[in-house]
Amino acid sequence: MAQGFRILAVGVGGQGILLFSRVLGEAALVEGYAVAMSEVHGMAQRGGVVESNIVLGEVRSPYISPGEADVLVALEPVEALRALFRCRKEATAIVSTDPVVPQMVKDGLATYPDLPPLLEKLRTVLPRTYLLSGEDLARKAGSAKALNVVLLGALAGSKVLPLSKEAFLEALRRVVKPAYLDLNLRAFDLGYQAVLSAQ
Amino acid sequence: MHPLLAPKEGERRLLLGNEAIVRGALEAGVRVGAAYPGTPSSEIGNHLFALSQELSGLYFEFSVNEKVAMEVAAAAAASGLRSLTCMKHVGLNVAADPFLTLAYVGVKAGMVVVTADDPSCHSSQNEQDNRYYARLSGVPMLEPATPEEARAMTLYAFELSERLELPVILRTTTRVSHARGVVTCGKLADYTLFEKGRFEKDLKRWIPVPAVARERHRVLLEKAHEAEELAARSEWNRMVKRGPVGVVVSGVSVNYVLDAVKELGLEDELSLLLLGFTHPFPKSLAAEFLSGLERCLVVEELEPYLEEALKVVVAEKGLSVKILGKAEGYLPRYHEFHPGLVKEALARAFELDYRPPEFPDTSWIPELPPRPPTLCPGCPHRETYRVVKEVLRELGEEEKTIYPTDIGCYTLGLLPPLKMADYLLCMGSSVGSACGFSVATDQRIVAFIGDSTFFHAGIPPLINALYQGHRFTLVVLDNETTAMTGHQPVPSQELRPEPLKEKPVISITKFCEGLGIPTVEINPYKKKEAAEAIRPILSSGKLGVIVAKAPCVLYRAKFKG
Repeated sequence: MAQGFRILAVGVGGQGILLFSRVLGEAALVEGYAVAMSEVHGMAQRGGVVESNIVLGEVRSPYISPGEADVLVALEPVEALRALFRCRKEATAIVSTDPVVPQMVKDGLATYPDLPPLLEKLRTVLPRTYLLSGEDLARKAGSAKALNVVLLGALAGSKVLPLSKEAFLEALRRVVKPAYLDLNLRAFDLGYQAVLSAQ
Repeated sequence: MHPLLAPKEGERRLLLGNEAIVRGALEAGVRVGAAYPGTPSSEIGNHLFALSQELSGLYFEFSVNEKVAMEVAAAAAASGLRSLTCMKHVGLNVAADPFLTLAYVGVKAGMVVVTADDPSCHSSQNEQDNRYYARLSGVPMLEPATPEEARAMTLYAFELSERLELPVILRTTTRVSHARGVVTCGKLADYTLFEKGRFEKDLKRWIPVPAVARERHRVLLEKAHEAEELAARSEWNRMVKRGPVGVVVSGVSVNYVLDAVKELGLEDELSLLLLGFTHPFPKSLAAEFLSGLERCLVVEELEPYLEEALKVVVAEKGLSVKILGKAEGYLPRYHEFHPGLVKEALARAFELDYRPPEFPDTSWIPELPPRPPTLCPGCPHRETYRVVKEVLRELGEEEKTIYPTDIGCYTLGLLPPLKMADYLLCMGSSVGSACGFSVATDQRIVAFIGDSTFFHAGIPPLINALYQGHRFTLVVLDNETTAMTGHQPVPSQELRPEPLKEKPVISITKFCEGLGIPTVEINPYKKKEAAEAIRPILSSGKLGVIVAKAPCVLYRAKFKG
C-alpha cells in the first residue's frame, strides 16, 4: 500500500459508476495525487456488470489484478461478492446492500442468493467491511439515483484514502451539474455520516 | 463551452484517452473529421461532432460507414486540410479498401487514422490485432500507453503525416481509449474560420492506374525507409540499458511493466525498450538494445507482432539473445493483459521466486446469478421481437426459422426468452448471410438489422437479394439512432437535434418500396396492428421488409430532458 492505492468500483449499468470514478479521480487531482483509471463503455453498460479501476499515487497501471485491490466499493451486493477475488486480504469493502435483481432472475432462469448470511460472512472474511443501504440514504437525500454519491461519501468517511473531505466536495462541485449539486452534496454527507457512525 | 476547449496551455485535466486524442487533434488544427462510431473509439467522434457545432473552423460528420469516413478524410487531406478519422478495430476492415491504396497516393496535409482495438472483446465480435494493418499498408503507426501520450502523439502524428505525405495510424486499445489520466494541455489551434483547401490535380499522383500505382508503391517503400529512421531516433521510443535481461514493450502494457519493475525491485537491473512508434519497426534501435543482452521478454497484447520483428533482428544480426514471448509461453496470445500477468512473466524471465498475491477466501460464495447486458426496460426492439415471434408461432415456424442477426443492441435478442439470434459475422451480415441461407437451406429465414447498420452495410446485400431472387424477411429495427455506441445520428431519424434539422430524412421504408420489395412499416408497441401488418410478409416467405419504427427509449428521454 505504500506504493499507491488501488480502488475497484463495481456495480450494474445505470448505477452511475462512471460518475463515481470521475469524482474520485478529480478529488485525487485536487489533492495533487497522480491518478489513472479505466472504465468499460458500450454494450457492457446495458444492465450488465460495470466496473471502474482507479489507482492513486505510485501506480501507473489503470487496471487491477486479482488480489490487488486495496478498496472495493460495490454499488450492489452480489457484485461485491463477484469481485471479492480482486481484493487484497486486508482490503476495505464499502457495500450498498440493496439488490438490483438481474433480468435473468426475473425471467426465472437464475436465482438471487439469500443475502444476510453472505454479507455476514463477508464481514468475517474482510473485517473492514462497511455495509449500508445506499438506496435508502440516496432517497433520503432526494433521489435513489444519488446512490453512487452516497457510496462516494461512505468512501470518504472510511478515511481509507489519503484524500480529505474537502477534496471530495471540491471534486463534486467540479464534476456535477449545478442543478444536481445540492442533492449530491446531501447524498455525500449521508454516506459520510453512515460510515462514521458505524466506526 | 465544450469542456475540451476550456483548458488553457499548460493546464492539467483528467481526460479519457479518447478525449485526449480529440484535444491533441484540436491543438494540431484538425479541420475535417469523419467517423462511424464503434466502441472503444466512439467518444472521439461524439466530441468532434459536438465541437463542430461550436467551432466554425471545424467540420465533422458521422459518415454512413468507415469506408466513406476514410474517403472523406482522405480527400480533405489531399486538398490540404488536416483530417482525422477514427473507428473501432473491425471498422478498419470496412475501410481497408481505400486505406491500402491511400498509402500509395498519400496526402498533402496531415491525416490521422485512429484505430481502437478491443483485446478481450469487451464490446466486439473479435479481438483482431490492427497493428498488422500498419505492416500491410506500409503506413507509420504510433501507439500511446496513456491519455497523456495519446494527446501528444496525436499532435505528433499530424506532423509526421505531413512530413511523409502519408496517413498515420494512431492505434489504441480499450485500456488506453477508456483509461482516464492526467493530461497537460497544449495550445489550441485557431478555429474562428473554416478556410477551404484546394485540390491540385496531378494524374501521376491521385489516380493509381497500374503505371502510377507501380511507381507509387516504390515511393511508399522509400518513405517507409525514411519513417524507419525517424522511428529509430524518435522520442517515443525510449531505451534504458542496464543488466543482461531486457524487456521490450508497447501500448498499455508499458504501465504494467513499469509497475512490475518497481514492485519486483528490478529498477537497477532491467534493460528496457519502451516503444511508441512501432511501425516501421525501428530495427537499428532494436539491434542496439538487444546486443549484449542474454534474454529479452516481449510484452505486447494479442499477436506476437514485436516479438517476430525482434526475432528477425536477432537472425539478421546474428545476435545470441534469447527472445522470450508468446511462442515460448511467457504470455498469452489472446485477451487483454492485467498487471499481475505481466509481473509473473517478468519474474519468470528473471528466474525470481514469485507468487501472485493472495486474495480472500471465496469458497463460501454460492453460484451468483449472471448479469449479461440486456435490452433496456421499454426497449422497442423487445416488442418487435415478440410480435414477430408470435406470428411465426401461429405459422408453426418459430422453432424452425433461422434468425440471422446484426451488430447493435438488438444482438441481445439472442438471450432467453427471446432467443432470436442465430448467426452473426459483422456489420450488415444479417442480410448477406440470409441470402446464403436462402440458397443453402429450405428453412424459413427472418433476419434482423438496425437502422444505422442498414445504412452502413445492409443496402448492397439487400439489392443482391432482390436481384438474385433470395427469399427471406428482413426486419429493420429503426429506433432512429445508433443506440449502442451512444446515440449518434442516422439518416432515417425524425427525432433529431436542432443542428441536424436541415438535413433530409431518408426513409428506410420508402427506400425499400422504391426497390419494389414488399415492405410494411409498423409501430412495434401496437401489437395487434403490427401482427396483422406483418403476417402476409412472414407467411409468404418471399423477400420482404418489415420496418419497425419507434425511437430508442433512452434516446427519446434525452429530448424530454
